[in-house]
Amino acid sequence: MVDLPIPNPQSAAGRIDLKTKLLTAFVVSTNVLGNFSMSWGLKHQAVDLGLSPLAYIRLIFTPWVLLGTTLLILWLLSRMMLLGWADLSYVLPVTSIAYVLSAVLGKVFFGEQLTWQRWLGTLFIVMGIIFVGLTAANTTKQEPER
Amino acid sequence: MKWSMVAIIVGSTVLADLLQSFEMKRHVVAAEDLRPGRLAGMLGRLAQRGPLVLAVFFMAISFFAFMKLLSVADLSFAVPVTAASVALETVLARLVLREKVTALRWAGALSVACGVALLAM
Repeated sequence: MVDLPIPNPQSAAGRIDLKTKLLTAFVVSTNVLGNFSMSWGLKHQAVDLGLSPLAYIRLIFTPWVLLGTTLLILWLLSRMMLLGWADLSYVLPVTSIAYVLSAVLGKVFFGEQLTWQRWLGTLFIVMGIIFVGLTAANTTKQEPER
Repeated sequence: MKWSMVAIIVGSTVLADLLQSFEMKRHVVAAEDLRPGRLAGMLGRLAQRGPLVLAVFFMAISFFAFMKLLSVADLSFAVPVTAASVALETVLARLVLREKVTALRWAGALSVACGVALLAM
């Protein structure tokens, strides 16, 4: 039987733990909603992207793609902050719940098919997140410069 | 086209994440720096940090390749398949960033990678 530490929100470690969880939730939400908005915009815009940079730039300024891009910029900044104190090998798996949520949104809003393989995949991802979530968020303990 | 976009996304994401993780641990951004009054200053400071600029460049490549992928593939395929980078990045986090990857964390990363492979089917 493994004794898992219960974080005390009053302690410094508890505050970092709470901060990590809240920021992880923000990172996941902005990622899922950003990808969804982009996909919605691209599916409702009959454009041939080809390789012309101009077509991509024009597309960025359509409402849904613009909303998606804004959310993905917020995702990028919040994820950078999270990487400031949490390991990369911690951040990657725990934010993977975004893949599951994107698949669910794809089914609900775009009628995409979710086969049994995709549900099994979802189960594996959730299990992986639980495993990694039980480990310490930072194992390098680098002294940051301000 | 679909798989070459996936390869570009995974390659550029791996490089961007390693650079970001390395640089952000050297100079931490505080939560207060995200307040509207300080945001511009913080972005200006971030723009002066070479590894972060390079990371953003790789993320931009990944972003445009992802847009192209979304225009030719389902959302429920495009998002999970790009997570093929999780296993590769965990190995590189151990080797390059010297993170302590415990057995539980390896198991978690492997489980996520298997899950992503199943989602991409």
